[in-house]
Amino acid sequence: MKVKTRLPHLLMGVGILYFLVPLLWVVIAATKSQPDLLDSPALWFAEFNLFENIGQLFREDGGVYGKWLLNTALYSGLSALGATALAAAAGYGLARFQFLGKRLFETALLGMIMVPATALVLPTYLILAEVELVDTMWAVILPSLLSPFGAYLVRVYVDESVPVELIDAARIDRAGELRIFWQIVVPMMRPAIVTVFLFTLVATWNNYFLPLVMLSDAELYPLTVGLTTWFNTAQQEAGTRMLFNLVVTGSLLAIVPLVVAFVLLQRFWRSGASAGALK
Amino acid sequence: MTRSAPITAPAPADSPPGRPAESRSRRRSRRVTAHPVAGALFVLPFFLVVVAFLIVPLGYAFWLSLSSKSLATGVKFSGLDNYVRAFTDPLLLDGLLRVVLFGLVQIPIMLGIALAGALVLDAVTTKFALAFRLIAFMPYAVPAVVGALMWGFLYSRTFGPFADLPTLVGGEPIDFFSVSLLLLSLGNIVTWAWTGYNMIILYSALQGVPREMYEAAVIDGATPVQIALRVKVPAIKQAISLAAIFTVIGTMQFFTEPAIMARFAPQISAGYTPNLYAYNQAFAYSDFHYSAAVSFALGFLVFVVAYLFVFVNRRRGARA
Repeated sequence: MKVKTRLPHLLMGVGILYFLVPLLWVVIAATKSQPDLLDSPALWFAEFNLFENIGQLFREDGGVYGKWLLNTALYSGLSALGATALAAAAGYGLARFQFLGKRLFETALLGMIMVPATALVLPTYLILAEVELVDTMWAVILPSLLSPFGAYLVRVYVDESVPVELIDAARIDRAGELRIFWQIVVPMMRPAIVTVFLFTLVATWNNYFLPLVMLSDAELYPLTVGLTTWFNTAQQEAGTRMLFNLVVTGSLLAIVPLVVAFVLLQRFWRSGASAGALK
Repeated sequence: MTRSAPITAPAPADSPPGRPAESRSRRRSRRVTAHPVAGALFVLPFFLVVVAFLIVPLGYAFWLSLSSKSLATGVKFSGLDNYVRAFTDPLLLDGLLRVVLFGLVQIPIMLGIALAGALVLDAVTTKFALAFRLIAFMPYAVPAVVGALMWGFLYSRTFGPFADLPTLVGGEPIDFFSVSLLLLSLGNIVTWAWTGYNMIILYSALQGVPREMYEAAVIDGATPVQIALRVKVPAIKQAISLAAIFTVIGTMQFFTEPAIMARFAPQISAGYTPNLYAYNQAFAYSDFHYSAAVSFALGFLVFVVAYLFVFVNRRRGARA
């Protein structure tokens, strides 16, 4: 048996190295000053400068990085909460009720999943410009509420794991529809809800195209857009300002919360994303 | 690439396997019914968001795309002129061709690695395999912007360790941003970011394959590789093709990585990918009418390709 698993383990080892090296690089590079970043061996430590970098990171441009971090957390938190709530209610409504136009809407929902998200960004910008909502936080949050896949996922999940009998029993006991949803259905579909929440959270946290198009006020930027503006400045000024080390340290801090969240919440989202591919 | 959702449906965590037939028949003869509009009310908020951020923007973009603006005449209706222009625009077609070629090479490589990894994870259950699964997935949590920046630094001669490697043995340094290597360099970034994600999706599907399906093969002395290729892969064909569709949709929208890499590689032009082109038409040249047309056409094209893919796939599935 030992011999048989040697090759798979060797391949997995190569894979681990491949996936880990860029992350290791960013961790190591974040501990370097800008001169060391340019001169010292890329994958090994030089003088330990991490805390100076972090301090400078939060002071640069009047502490704008802290704002970007908060903006990112705010945009992705609100978007994910809203998108999950909408998807949960809609998925339940489609799975367990009959109403006029339901069939049509379900067919359309499958189509909506296929609409590429970025194809909507420029059109949405044009609409929001008409109602003067561009360059506000709502221009990022409101379009991120749209998650056809979330609704579809909840629908499939409710279909398989929330028995009709249970809902009917609650109705016989004269429980209101909202109460049934909140007290019976929501707890039963928690894995689906956690999955939708986490994946919409990541999608908004990592989004670049939408905020890039919608926002022009640097105070409103999320991390992704903010870091690229710094990087552009760093490139243009060719190292006369100490910015490369800040871009690297800022990148590291932008990754840490999500990687930690995914590793810690593994149990939840894995049970949510497991088995039974789309039918 | 942008993707917003996991592509498998969740499995019920604690529902009994296989509902008894009795409860199915009872469901049809239920005595209590919900309030007639309750269901519609649950769907309504979602529906409103769909209208506001999907239907209205697409409709407005289409309407805008039917007119043009020039200094001489102002805004005037121009019918399908913008679309004729788009489909004969060498810059746009160039970008489209580039993205298609990119996808034809990158998607099979990435999904192949993801599938191999998933099969290994399904067969090997050591601690090491667990670590591999976790680490392979980590890039998914890294914003595409940061991923592209990191690889950009790693590729560059001043920051990275790789470009100068050949000089150790007296060779020329590698220019990862040169015209000939640029697509490969971009492909590597995308592969790094998305292989683990797809691997987890396929691995989850494999976990759902009932053991009975290959127990007989095990007893007959089939090797793990034979079981993987002859039983497991066919069993998750559906999940594989879905992963492929979503990857195609993501690839056609290629934007973030080339936009960031353009800072390292100035030869990434304004029309390097169709999405980049649409963005630049709007914000660099202020031609919103043409940009709307390009956006709309691209979205429509992707939609049609994805839908055809699903359709063909279902037909094939039905015949099998």
